[in-house]
Amino acid sequence: MDSKELIRNFIRENFLFDSDDAKIDEEDSFLENGIVDSTGILELVSFVEDEFGIEVKDEELVPDNFDSIAKLAGFIERKKG
Amino acid sequence: MLVQEFLERSAERLPDKTAIVAAGERLTFAQIDAEANRMAGALKKLGVQYGDRVAVFMDNGWEVVVSIFGILKADAVFLVVNPTTKPQKLSFILNNCRATALVTQANKLKNALPAVESAPSIEAIVVRGEARGADLETIDSGKNIVSWENALEGMGEERPERKGIDIDLASLIYTSGSTGNPKGVMMTHQNMVAASTSITTYLENREDDIILNVLPLSFDYGLYQVIMAAQFGGTVVLEKSFLYPYAVIKLLKEEKATGLPIVPTISAILLQMKELKNENFDQLRYITNTAAALPVKHIIGLKELFPTATIYSMYGLTECKRVSYLPPEELDRRPTSVGKGMPNEQVYLVDDEGVQITEPGVIGELVVRGANVMKGYWENPEETEKVLKPGPYPWERILYTGDLFKMDKDGFLYFVARKDDIIKSRGEKVSPKEVENVLYSIDGVLEAAVIGVPDELLGEAVKAFVVLKDGVNLSEKEILAYCSKRLEDFMMPKYIEFRKELPKTSTGKITKKNLA
Repeated sequence: MDSKELIRNFIRENFLFDSDDAKIDEEDSFLENGIVDSTGILELVSFVEDEFGIEVKDEELVPDNFDSIAKLAGFIERKKG
Repeated sequence: MLVQEFLERSAERLPDKTAIVAAGERLTFAQIDAEANRMAGALKKLGVQYGDRVAVFMDNGWEVVVSIFGILKADAVFLVVNPTTKPQKLSFILNNCRATALVTQANKLKNALPAVESAPSIEAIVVRGEARGADLETIDSGKNIVSWENALEGMGEERPERKGIDIDLASLIYTSGSTGNPKGVMMTHQNMVAASTSITTYLENREDDIILNVLPLSFDYGLYQVIMAAQFGGTVVLEKSFLYPYAVIKLLKEEKATGLPIVPTISAILLQMKELKNENFDQLRYITNTAAALPVKHIIGLKELFPTATIYSMYGLTECKRVSYLPPEELDRRPTSVGKGMPNEQVYLVDDEGVQITEPGVIGELVVRGANVMKGYWENPEETEKVLKPGPYPWERILYTGDLFKMDKDGFLYFVARKDDIIKSRGEKVSPKEVENVLYSIDGVLEAAVIGVPDELLGEAVKAFVVLKDGVNLSEKEILAYCSKRLEDFMMPKYIEFRKELPKTSTGKITKKNLA
């Protein structure tokens, strides 16, 4: 499974609860679509750190790196470099 | 005085001053006022009449501010709905107040359209932004859907003629009710002007204040940041949420914000950020907190992070906007108090018979008198009667908050619990709040909620739900051992249940409704 799939699965299971309307495009903003809330984002950070073995610094937790499946996958790629 | 006059006066006095900063755009008071005038013209053309309700369903942005003031200038009543509301609830709200128009944005149509389809009162929908994959005009909903640009096109920037007076309804704010259905809190212009005046007085707001607001404008605490800044001529930096704390911190510094309104969840996150300690926030003049009292540990942590900022611990409920604030100089002496009534407002405690309690330390229901007390719940006399009761004068009704408080000998208020939240165990009253305070003081505890569960022997047993901070390992025994050193026996939790998170209302308060 590539990183996008892993992220998507995590989001579906943890924030969308596998419901029928759990469709999410890879460009969908987590913030604007209300997919992740402020405690959810911290879970997402832990998931990314554990799953991909990277460390997320406070200042990296910004929309450019985290606010969609595609952005997050890109961020992980860059970190793993 | 009408609410929109706050904006109009500031636009006359300070036309070129920045009123709103949002998503990198800066709008002056004159610009916001002119756009709001055009919005009023557009709404009238779309059929909105004096006294009609118009809903705003958008993320925080200058467009929400223009919509609010535009609706008021059209002599209509605004309601800002939480942007994460799902279709069923949105539909309930639109039908409940029979809104005639909805202002929204393209990426909310997914939830807005199913809602308006079952809301026959809605005649027109104004949509900001490009709808993905479809022209707005081609969406078939049986309603008049018009883009923001088309709606405002050709509308004059001059102020529309005004019909309303200050005892007219200005806004509805929907709050979650114990019955499960939201109730629309009715606020007149008079109510809102009174609340805003009292709050800006005790916060000593000045024209050079810059408020960074991450709270949704559907939440009265967020909404009033905009109303208050319009009143005193200050700037509001609007952010959509606190989802990305570091982005907000950056904005706080870049915009040199002087005021930061928070809720306890936000302070919990701020205090978890490891790298904030090295930052300098000397421009910050004040932090306000409401929704729930700040745990003492948060107060201490915030003071370390923001040494120049004055911390206002406050308490409120939508039905009267704000109840109380703790004068900052009292914070060290009475850190767990939420203070006293605000200027031009009286608060006191009553017993079960409605008789005023004068003895310090006795628990009673908090009652509020003032021009800030709502007029009732929209078309819901039954729920209204439960909370608004006759006052000292024949023309007034006072607010029974359903919140239990105690007062110290100097008249400072201490929140105890919701009236229906008190746990009775072994015949003793247990304040969930008190147990939670102890749990919060444990290193490693992020959130805690305490309820009573039926118990044969005790009547009710104390049950605690605990969320641990990431990476922390604490056993039930360790927590109980800690509690046993700080709580009387009858207050000790019988059960501890660990959770990954606690359920919250749309405004971020922990809700115990589904805990058992």
